[in-house]
Amino acid sequence: MKMNRIIFPLVLALVATMSVTGCKKGQPKTTIIPGPRQAPIVDTGNQNTLPNSQPFNDNQNVQSNDKQPGGGPLPDNWTPDMMLRDPAALAANTIHFAFDSAVIKQGEEANISAVASALSANMNDRLLIEGNCDERGTEEYNRALGERRALAAREALVKAGVDANRIRTISYGKDKPADPGHDAAAWAKNRRDDFILLHPKPGV
Amino acid sequence: MKKTITTLLALGLLCAASINTMGDDEVTIPTKYINILGQTKPIPVAMSGFTGETADVLKFDLTVQGFTFVSPDTAQYLISGSDSGDVTGTLSDKIAQKVKFSRGYNGATKRRQAHAFADDIVEAITGKKGIGETKIAFKDQPTGYGPGEIYVADFDGHNARPVTTDGAIVAKPAWVPRQLALYYTSYARGNPDIFYHNLTDGQRRVLAGYSGLNTSAAVSPDGSKIAMVLDKTGSVNVWTCNADGSNLRHVTSGIEDSSPCWSPNGRWICYATKVNSRRRLAKVPAAGGAVQYLNTAGVSNPTEPDWSPDGKYIAFTSQMGDFSICVMPADGSQTPTVLVSGQNPSWSPNSRTLVYNHAVGHRQILSVLDVFTKQYKDCPHVPGSNSQPAWERKD
Repeated sequence: MKMNRIIFPLVLALVATMSVTGCKKGQPKTTIIPGPRQAPIVDTGNQNTLPNSQPFNDNQNVQSNDKQPGGGPLPDNWTPDMMLRDPAALAANTIHFAFDSAVIKQGEEANISAVASALSANMNDRLLIEGNCDERGTEEYNRALGERRALAAREALVKAGVDANRIRTISYGKDKPADPGHDAAAWAKNRRDDFILLHPKPGV
Repeated sequence: MKKTITTLLALGLLCAASINTMGDDEVTIPTKYINILGQTKPIPVAMSGFTGETADVLKFDLTVQGFTFVSPDTAQYLISGSDSGDVTGTLSDKIAQKVKFSRGYNGATKRRQAHAFADDIVEAITGKKGIGETKIAFKDQPTGYGPGEIYVADFDGHNARPVTTDGAIVAKPAWVPRQLALYYTSYARGNPDIFYHNLTDGQRRVLAGYSGLNTSAAVSPDGSKIAMVLDKTGSVNVWTCNADGSNLRHVTSGIEDSSPCWSPNGRWICYATKVNSRRRLAKVPAAGGAVQYLNTAGVSNPTEPDWSPDGKYIAFTSQMGDFSICVMPADGSQTPTVLVSGQNPSWSPNSRTLVYNHAVGHRQILSVLDVFTKQYKDCPHVPGSNSQPAWERKD
């Protein structure tokens, strides 16, 4: 009500102004467009402005009503960049998936047990599972699908006796194809989990 | 007067005709519903006196807001003026035979003056605020996949500028309503994390950097909450938190959740999921509660929902072999209408235009689509693949 008392006279005044200026022919009203072309957009420069990679404060009241898959929660007590990557060690054990599926195929058991064995050979080593998709599917759907593929392998490794907290997952969606081709053969190679063995950094 | 009534009658008949036509190429719609997405006829306008960039801007802006350019004899409105110096323009109603407005523009660039004139035309004819001075954010990937940068541009793709320089994989920019600030996913720290980025002072901070996936940020209409996709518990679900990262809440528990967006009243989060082996769109109260599944009968594999700012519609991507942009009433009163080939729809502040990306060969380009006439225009592109456009939210 109070608003109306203020706004209504303003509207009346505006209408009056418009009808006066609107009637003058040949003398168009001028709209001044203020300022520079666009509001400032500050370039962040480089990665120096990025916050350091630190474990997040996880002491928050997390509400959950989910029935968890076999792998359990993903703790935040370490991140893969604290370790040394050894992509060659388990390169032969990459596993592949059917189209739009995060189910570990029959026949991949040998690769899962090879990865589990490598982890039990050195209890200081850890593992990063990189989930990937072919180029079909929408981008954010694929980013979720890649993560589900990585979580499926984690679940299989936990069942094989690996401590879940030694494993981290990352999804590259369709952003890291093994084969950048656009045919069925390339797609089959790209629907995969790569296993990256992680060694402790010297002196840590 | 008689002329006006005749025109109204004719328009009414055209509407009736288009409703019938729509019924034919869609799934069967129960007769009690009017097809509110029935295509409307574009408003015919004729333009004279403008050249080059000014003419291009006027054509682009008006085409994607429901106007079509015709010869003066068949036009309903006449747009005239000059751009020899600053832009001056007049809009006349040919049927009512009167000048709607006559105005000059100065300052900034001629391009922006033309956008301002287009906005005045849209507002004078439709009563709705134009989109000429709005912005979009999107991502560009130079090689079509892998690393890229987040860009900000005018809504028509002009004046595109990168706002990141990390050379990292990036994804899914989302605007903070009424602010020059974005959330987006970046792998700059090695993991997909959600960043907040103030574009005015360049400050960035990590909103979500948990183990596993942190992606698909969507900002609530009041800017106070962020919905996103995390898998902290070991399953990929939708979570919310406050703008400072606090008050983290697990809001969905589906088996294949992705792509959250907010209803404009902030009460619902709409997202893509899977139930009984079928991909569905669902909505869940943002404060937590029972999931409701949306009726997307007639299309398959819906993802990437975006709720129109006026609350009436949900646009999304369906995958039926190829990707299609679809729109449905948010109240579920009607099944989706398939509009054009493309992905990642994002509503303009006027709730009638969408920006989206579609394939040209193996890369993506951005386009702007007028939902109610299906008229669209391609945007100029940054070299590489341009995708995941997000239109700024003004209200």
